[in-house]
Amino acid sequence: MPRIIFVQADGSQSEVEVSRGHQSVMEFALESGIGGIDADCGGSAVCGTCHCFVNDPHMFGAIEPNEEAMLGLRPDRENNSRLSCQLSLSDVSADTTITLPEFQM
Amino acid sequence: MNAPTHPFASDLTLPLTEIDVADPKRFELDCWQPLFSRLRKESPVHYQTVGDLGPFWSISRFDDIVEIEKNAEVFSSEPSIAIIDPLPELDIKNFIAMDEPSHSLQRKAFQPVVAPKNLTEFESLIRSRTRAALESLPENTPFNWVELVSRNLTTQMLATLFDFPWEERQKLSMWSDAAVSDERITGKADLTLEERQLMAVDIFESFSKLWQERLDDGVESFDLIRLMQKDPNTKDLINDPVMFIGNLLLLIVGGNDTTRNSMTGGVIFFNENPSELEKVRNDTSLIPSMVSEVIRFQTPLPHMRRTVTRDFEFKGHRMKEGDKVVLWYCSANRDDDVIKNPDSFVIDRESPRNHASFGFGIHRCMGNRLAEMQLRVLWEECLDLFESIEVQAEPTRLSNNFVRGYSELEVVVKRN
Repeated sequence: MPRIIFVQADGSQSEVEVSRGHQSVMEFALESGIGGIDADCGGSAVCGTCHCFVNDPHMFGAIEPNEEAMLGLRPDRENNSRLSCQLSLSDVSADTTITLPEFQM
Repeated sequence: MNAPTHPFASDLTLPLTEIDVADPKRFELDCWQPLFSRLRKESPVHYQTVGDLGPFWSISRFDDIVEIEKNAEVFSSEPSIAIIDPLPELDIKNFIAMDEPSHSLQRKAFQPVVAPKNLTEFESLIRSRTRAALESLPENTPFNWVELVSRNLTTQMLATLFDFPWEERQKLSMWSDAAVSDERITGKADLTLEERQLMAVDIFESFSKLWQERLDDGVESFDLIRLMQKDPNTKDLINDPVMFIGNLLLLIVGGNDTTRNSMTGGVIFFNENPSELEKVRNDTSLIPSMVSEVIRFQTPLPHMRRTVTRDFEFKGHRMKEGDKVVLWYCSANRDDDVIKNPDSFVIDRESPRNHASFGFGIHRCMGNRLAEMQLRVLWEECLDLFESIEVQAEPTRLSNNFVRGYSELEVVVKRN
């Protein structure tokens, strides 16, 4: 199975093997004990607190308008910014790196 | 005879169409829960024509509120995010009551100051000021927690954020109170329109002076005024007094009333639930979760309002262009479809952050992490300093459907 390498803002890393399931990357990260994600709204793309930076943007589905609107409010938004609640775990087809921001808000 | 115990005892028996959901008295008497519980069950998308503020829709379920807040194109934040419309005689505008793209352009200018990265720079200052305020409280003597703690600390915080002249900081909380004391939402004539107009002039003059003093003074600071001057989207805001005063008031109210009332609410909830306080005393790592629970249970802003931009069907109801839609956050926070055991104050509940108090979508509370930090620091210091904070009498609550808060809470503190 492919692995996700989660990199925290301080550089520390955790590698987690992707298990089967129709989860989001956000849910998977929380279940795997990965810090740096708040996910206040629980996965509805309406709070913006599961922000992350993806190394392989093409691996995941396109950004929907709601997600774009929330990302647009982040002061630390980058070209590879995503809300991890909108990333489907089943799209992870090869080892990939996801970096977490310095803060969630 | 079974005489009604309070004027809203009939909330459970009257036809819903005869009830004014927005009556501010219901919040003053703190008896709003039964009506909203009934609305969630019987009429979650409810149209009201009675009352001084009608007609409007009331949305009472958590998931429906999320859905509406996601759809900012149909559910506009203009012209007002409160149930009442702005008065033509007091026409002030701010970014929370604006739609895209203008809303985001302005919000982005202010957002960095409340980003957690900046907040860590504030934390030690907030802690020392909180500690000093708590240490100066009278021991074994009743006093008003709202004045000496909640109001005092949030006013200090605002003065810090604006780098406002310290000795004049009381003005900030005075303006904040005045901004939400429109008699249409309080049911009381607290201030005349003329007094509120004079206040707007006072705000403009005070902040214009600070603006001029700071313009190009070369000082590196992240206070809100210098941030406005630095950002291309807000650097000329002073030339638009309607927008300038409006945004200042938004930041003043947003950073003041809300946290102030959660600071008071927490004391009340712990007095009513002493075993929850014991949990935090035994494990202070629960403080962040407790803070979220206090914010949920208080719901300092019971509603936000949207306005329908085009005829639209929502859950089988036909909404018309121009209809007011009131999103009752206080009700969403008691919705047992989403929150388990919602009428109980449980400081270690699962997913404590999943509450409606900050709203959802692009208008979600910008200062949420600042509020959480202030409350966390307050409780860390309280637990360190006090053996007990005992409520002496029922609090005096505000008659207001937009701010759920308190004017008085008499307590006695005992030091450790």
